[in-house]
Amino acid sequence: MAQKGIREYDAKRMLARAIGEASGNRFTFDDRLVLVTPDTNLATLEKEHPWLLKEKLVVKPDQLFGKRGKNNLLLLDADLKAAKAWIAARMGKEVTIEGASGKTTGVLTHFLVEPFAPHDAEYYLAFTSSRDVDAIHFSPKGGVDIESVWDTVVSIQIPVLADPGKIEVLSKLPNIPEKEVVAAFIQALYRIYVDHHFAYLEFNPIAFSQGKLIPLDTVAKLDDTASFQCSAQWGPIELPRPFGRPMTKEETYVESLDAKTGASLKLTLLNPDGRVWLLVAGGGASVICADTVVDLGFADELANYGEYSGDPSTELTYEYTKTLLDLMIRKPDPRGRPKYLLIGGGIANFTDVAKTFTGIIQALEESKDRRQKNHVKIYVRRGGPNYKEGLENMRRLGERIGVPLEVYGPETHMTRIVSLALEEARR
Amino acid sequence: MKHDDYELFTAKTKAFIYGDQLRAAQRMLDFDYLCRRVEPSVAALITPERGGFEKLFWGTKEIRISRIRTLAEAASRFPEADVLVNFASQRSAYDVTVEALEIPTLRTIAVIAEGIPERQSRRMAALAKAKDKWIIGPATVGGVKAGGFKIGNAAGTMENIREAKLYRPGSVGFVSVSGGLSNEAYNIVARATDGLNEGIAIGGDAHPGSTLLDHLLRFEKNPAIKLLVSLGEVGGTKEYEIAEAVKAGKITKPLVMWASGTCAKVLPGQVQFGHAGAKANTAAETADAKNEALREAGVIVPTSFDDYHLKIRETYERLVKEGVIVPAADVTPPTIPLDYAQARAEGLVRKPTNFISTICDERGDIHNYCGVPIDRVVEEKYGLGGVIGLLWFKKDIPTYAREFIDMVLQIIADHGPAVSGAHNTIVAARAGKDLISSLVSGILTIGPRFGGAVNGAAEHFLYGLRNGLAPRQFVDEMKKHNVRIQGIGHRLHSLENPDARVELMKAFAQKHFRGTPLLDYALAVEAVTTQKKGNLILNVDGCIGVLLVDLLTELRFTDDEIDEMIRAGLFNAFFVLGRSIGLIGHYFDQVRLEQDLYRHPLDDILYDVPKAPEKVG
Repeated sequence: MAQKGIREYDAKRMLARAIGEASGNRFTFDDRLVLVTPDTNLATLEKEHPWLLKEKLVVKPDQLFGKRGKNNLLLLDADLKAAKAWIAARMGKEVTIEGASGKTTGVLTHFLVEPFAPHDAEYYLAFTSSRDVDAIHFSPKGGVDIESVWDTVVSIQIPVLADPGKIEVLSKLPNIPEKEVVAAFIQALYRIYVDHHFAYLEFNPIAFSQGKLIPLDTVAKLDDTASFQCSAQWGPIELPRPFGRPMTKEETYVESLDAKTGASLKLTLLNPDGRVWLLVAGGGASVICADTVVDLGFADELANYGEYSGDPSTELTYEYTKTLLDLMIRKPDPRGRPKYLLIGGGIANFTDVAKTFTGIIQALEESKDRRQKNHVKIYVRRGGPNYKEGLENMRRLGERIGVPLEVYGPETHMTRIVSLALEEARR
Repeated sequence: MKHDDYELFTAKTKAFIYGDQLRAAQRMLDFDYLCRRVEPSVAALITPERGGFEKLFWGTKEIRISRIRTLAEAASRFPEADVLVNFASQRSAYDVTVEALEIPTLRTIAVIAEGIPERQSRRMAALAKAKDKWIIGPATVGGVKAGGFKIGNAAGTMENIREAKLYRPGSVGFVSVSGGLSNEAYNIVARATDGLNEGIAIGGDAHPGSTLLDHLLRFEKNPAIKLLVSLGEVGGTKEYEIAEAVKAGKITKPLVMWASGTCAKVLPGQVQFGHAGAKANTAAETADAKNEALREAGVIVPTSFDDYHLKIRETYERLVKEGVIVPAADVTPPTIPLDYAQARAEGLVRKPTNFISTICDERGDIHNYCGVPIDRVVEEKYGLGGVIGLLWFKKDIPTYAREFIDMVLQIIADHGPAVSGAHNTIVAARAGKDLISSLVSGILTIGPRFGGAVNGAAEHFLYGLRNGLAPRQFVDEMKKHNVRIQGIGHRLHSLENPDARVELMKAFAQKHFRGTPLLDYALAVEAVTTQKKGNLILNVDGCIGVLLVDLLTELRFTDDEIDEMIRAGLFNAFFVLGRSIGLIGHYFDQVRLEQDLYRHPLDDILYDVPKAPEKVG
């Protein structure tokens, strides 16, 4: 529920479809684009897209990461045969990308193939949004690290209440050939940016050739909350996961549980060998508990980030807990040290605490043998409707299955169980 | 309503609730009552689907709250209401908010919906700013003015509210991003200080209608608030504006604040926390950078959330010591009666039930007939007969019994248009009456005479059999009492020309039933009566009657139970059920044929009216 990056393929497809109407049928974009996925049959590609045989091609991975040229993942001016060989050599391969925010390793699975467009000039063009204004950023120097030439960028601010069809760009552009055409292009693109609920749209570069702007490298984010109004404009759209480590089996399973319900179930595995495991209710509380582990100096021992909220059923809570426990007690700590399960949460608004604990208790009971081998110690803190009964059930569970278990309610600060566990771990 | 511009809510604030949110409305009224407000805070519910009113509790008694279809009408009827609690969905919340911003009497709009597109949120915020109005949210639970007013579901259950002492104002102004943590925060504030004065959750979206700073500046101006407490989070840059405001002297009251999300640095780059706004795109948006900037500006920032409550307590105690805060006195709030449903769930009350059902339970995932879930009923092909077994007899009856009941229903489904039931249905249908009226006017003729022979036959033959009367003796006794034996005699059929329906039923029963004692007895009686006249045979009504009794015996009902069911009208039940099929058919037939109003021909009526009535008295 937020800004989501989309593939360059989808962004260009959407723009090509919309530019005619947005410019009063003055402009067009090339809509000859192919997305090659692991399911694509490369051998018969030209049957479906005969233009591939006629054009020189550009090929690049399309997986929400940039700096493809620098990372040697860009093929220019190639024929189909070379393009196919290039893709085949890289499909399914693990690569490490060096980007602005450090290194990311992931597997190549999606490639964009499009016609190679010879051109005269390369510009920089981006649309961004902040609280009060949208901004159009333009520089005559495109195709380079834009931060290094930021003094050449003009930024045009457009108040959020302005009519996107009536903005004026021309007078603010620097001196470039056919400035009027470029301004009209930018105005049409801005209209698409607004109408399609883009949250971010950057072309670096966007080429200018024979009276036309041609998007080359395109980065786009959509506001996915607008899908209820934009399904027609967007067409069938995929919101891919960011490039990087593929999800583990357990994370995928929790995601599938999450998709099945109105409640929220999230799990990110950080370090399977970590000794501090979080089973925390509520988005806000879960972040704060993870924070506290990090702030108290145990970032290396933090095994997971996750949360459950929105009143999940007993069954879902059980499945979620089981999945987490299974990861936690897969193998004991090599040095035989205890592991800590923090069953935390703030004071619930209306969620029945006793009810959600039922699923957790059930999963804990079933895991008895392996849990003991792993020396699991449990800390509980929770408040809200029916919390007394919930906490009492937890205490009884501790006695029944003989697990070290400490239980606290709203009289104890929410993150106290984190510091208690970490104090013990430190000893 | 006139009040200082820093007060969005007072103990006199009146609000509209947009949407069918009776529980939220009740929670607001309960809070009002707990605060000993003079008047309820909910002026009306705005529900475009219907008008009228709703009954809600005010303490122990019920009051009426109007339902009004449009905001404009509500505003003209209740000009004193200046708050809208907008529960409209993600799809329509924007339109409702924009409409509300245009209404001069409304000043504050709380937008509850999650997932409003960012562009719409930004437009709402800009419109509100241009009109000098307040938006709280979107994606928020709202907020609470201790001792005065509560937005919708904010602050959770009455128990939470009581434990956090929200029924009377304290000295702390609190504002957070997260609504989910507000109860936790109110709890922290209540334990560390003399309590909350006002608490607001601005909502977790990237572009909330009002910001942390907007509310902190309001609290700054409010002389009743002495201590500011805030909880920010990773993402966005709004916390820097707070740091700037502190540096610039716009915020002078002590502020304890923490930005959560410090763990983001150890998470893989793209983990999105629960809130749409909670993601750092640049170094400046990280929680660490924000906490550092706040600390530098002079804000009281703990080293981790684990010390948050200690910093609040420390600061509060300092202010008390300095005489800035005179701790608010404790008051005893009135008790709010527990809702019956809640009290029952907690095992605190019990009451005798007024109703009992032993045949069907629709609670739970799938409803069941006498314990058999409906999916099994279908999968195991219970059929109409099996369902009747479950719902009428409370027994899981064998296949042959189900088939026999099916057979009975098929045989009695119709008997032509001339019989009184069908006739009545046809006349009603032709008078333009609807299906139910036409069907019922036919069914209402069923009784001792029409369809009653089934019942009568069963009773008569049972009387003979149970009293050990030999068939001849039985016939004689009935004759002596001048009672016609029910179920005997037919207009057309006779021994030589038997009724095919009767033959079918007899054959089926004789093949499948373990025994047919009452049928055997009836046939013995028939042997006597047919000696007198060939058409005094056991007719279809009689056969159904005696075989149903034999079936009940098959199904192990005792004599007493059988009598009870006969008295309760079991045989009429089969007749009503089966014949309704035919009656409905006649109704459709008449409608399709567009038959006009029926009027009985005069020459078919004997008019024998006296010249004058008899004079009496």
